[in-house]
Amino acid sequence: MSDIASSSFVRRDLLTERPAPVKTTGFVGLMRTRLFNSPTNILLTIVGALLLWFTIVPSVRFLMVDAVWSGKDRTACLAENAGFAVGACWPYIQAKLPQLIYGFYPEAERWRVNLTFILAVALLVPLLVPRLPAKGLNASLFFFAFPVVAFFLLHGGGIKGFGLSWTAGLLELFDDSIIGAGQAVLGLSKTSAVAPLLWVVGNFIVLVGTAISWLILPLTWLRDQIQGAGQSVWADFAVTTAVVSLIAFGLGGGLRTGWRALASSIAAFAAIAVVIKLMGLDRGGLPVVTTNLWGGLLVTLVVSVTGIVTSLPIGIALALGRRSSIPLIRIFSIAFIEFWRGVPLITVLFFATYMLPLFLPGNFTVDGLVRALIGIALFTGAYQAENVRGGLAAIPRGQGEAAAALGLSWWKTTSLIVLPQGLRHVIPNLVNSFISLFKDTSLVSIVALFDLLGSLRASFSDPKWSTPSTAFTGFAFAGIIYFIFCFGMSRYSLFVEHRLNAHRRN
Amino acid sequence: MSDPIVKISGLNKWYGDFHVLRDIDLAVEKGERIVICGPSGSGKSTLIRCINALEEFQEGEIVVDGIALGPNLKHIDAVRREVGMVFQSFNLFPHLTVLENCTLAPIWVRNIPKKDAEINAMKFLERVKIPHQANKFPGQMSGGQQQRVAIARALTMNPKVMLFDEPTSALDPEMVKEVLDTMVDLAEEGMTMLVVTHEMGFAREVANRVVFMDAGQIIEANTPNEFFAAPQHARTKLFLSQILR
Repeated sequence: MSDIASSSFVRRDLLTERPAPVKTTGFVGLMRTRLFNSPTNILLTIVGALLLWFTIVPSVRFLMVDAVWSGKDRTACLAENAGFAVGACWPYIQAKLPQLIYGFYPEAERWRVNLTFILAVALLVPLLVPRLPAKGLNASLFFFAFPVVAFFLLHGGGIKGFGLSWTAGLLELFDDSIIGAGQAVLGLSKTSAVAPLLWVVGNFIVLVGTAISWLILPLTWLRDQIQGAGQSVWADFAVTTAVVSLIAFGLGGGLRTGWRALASSIAAFAAIAVVIKLMGLDRGGLPVVTTNLWGGLLVTLVVSVTGIVTSLPIGIALALGRRSSIPLIRIFSIAFIEFWRGVPLITVLFFATYMLPLFLPGNFTVDGLVRALIGIALFTGAYQAENVRGGLAAIPRGQGEAAAALGLSWWKTTSLIVLPQGLRHVIPNLVNSFISLFKDTSLVSIVALFDLLGSLRASFSDPKWSTPSTAFTGFAFAGIIYFIFCFGMSRYSLFVEHRLNAHRRN
Repeated sequence: MSDPIVKISGLNKWYGDFHVLRDIDLAVEKGERIVICGPSGSGKSTLIRCINALEEFQEGEIVVDGIALGPNLKHIDAVRREVGMVFQSFNLFPHLTVLENCTLAPIWVRNIPKKDAEINAMKFLERVKIPHQANKFPGQMSGGQQQRVAIARALTMNPKVMLFDEPTSALDPEMVKEVLDTMVDLAEEGMTMLVVTHEMGFAREVANRVVFMDAGQIIEANTPNEFFAAPQHARTKLFLSQILR
């Protein structure tokens, strides 16, 4: 680099590589170069240190140093008995822990909740660790089998039929509602000005309903036969297995390539049979514990896990719908998203809990917890839709064109090219909504569901444990629980982001 | 002479009120290499994008290997399976490795088992001379390498016609040659090619016909020798004088 100033230069020897200079800053170096290198930084360092001093020291004092660790009731946590200004009253949490985890779930049945938790962890952890194999089986167990098993474990009860009678029942309900609507129109035709028209329409609807009832007659007849015989569940199960397996066999390619589909279908039904037998679902199952007895962490986890798992598919569907070129789908998606985003969650929960029953037909009731679940899933789904849309918008048009030029259909382009890239862009936003959903589950306590926070507040009223620090201890405990879950989600999302964006690093 | 593999007749296209393609008639024989050139905005990219239905058109008909593509775009998928396309900006799928880029369409469109698709893809990656990069992501490669992968990806579908939309315009000068060499190899194997490019050297060496477009219409079409030595139309002469200095 010497004679570069002169106008012509030709390098004779290429320079060899040298190692980078070693960093020489230790702790003192760091202090000097980063913390105390200018008047502003000195001031900021002092302010930061003071902030830490005034937050961390009192927290540690309250939670650990001044805390009472053992005792039988409130007397242990009173300053005059302990001999010092009492901080956290941990025996209170210890005494109330069952209530905070299970709510009013009957004590004899709590093993079912524990078993559900264990099942969930056993299925979720392998799903989250990328190195472990069989992700497909694991995912289908967690997303499809586990919710059903968890329902029968937590709620209890058995089944009276299987696929065949459920299909028959559903079709019958559908048909009844058609005939009901037809008769309602006929009823109107007696008083209306356009009576002849209504009469024709009403009769037509009733006719269609009757036609359908004839169409499904073989199914309902078979159902009645099975119900009449003993062992109705197993007879129905066998029929359903045969029908579904045959369909899988046909769709899988028939005699030539269908054997694999047939085998996996039969294996799945065999597994279902084992579960039914193990849980005794054919003989009434476990004792029913209605959802108004559920509470505490159980409700928080049920609501948030269901919300997280269902809101993402809803969001993806709505985001795709909003970008659709079909006007009806696009308008529906926009209206749906804007409606749910424009309404506060509390309103949604109130509406779902107290007003929805007024709109539903009289004999049709939905469980209170399920109503809150649906409300939260749709609410979060609308938010996720906008997150996903942001990711989709970041994909260059050329990606879709390249996929189209290779002959990929819209569905394949979307699921193989656009969504995998789009979702990776918005992992932080998606997890942001999940975390926000997790904390928003505490709002269900205003519609008479006792989640973790609700159970906690209920426990404050127990005179046995009323001390000056009870409420602080309780909220500190709830805060720690919420923090563990939310921080866990946050860290895991960073890990996923890092892993999935491997292609963006050079 | 057999039927042309691509036959464009009476093609008209408007963007709103703007008439981008005006009465285009063009027949491409099997194995023919056609270079389309012209000033920017002359509609040359739009024309070849119409051939695999990335653009809609309002009037006329395009027949690819006996499959007719009218204004209602009915046989889109059938046509796209016969036509490979290489883009100016590569458009590789950045979240998939090079090998996955090359096996995606054979697996999901042609339903070829993954193993066979990978063997086949490696064959094409060897042809474009980058088999050892098969497990890299596109973002880790140079532009020239990416474009060669894009060519290999299009070839894995065994297209009857290849469309190139300015394949070297986004490349550093040093990398243009490696892509052009790949295209020359392809031409020598008898692939039918429609190439939009400003590389006049390539046109001279490889093309059977050079088509010059301006203002949405074909101004002049001729063999490269005639086209470069004795352009007929005043607009062609002006264009050639601008780019061949």
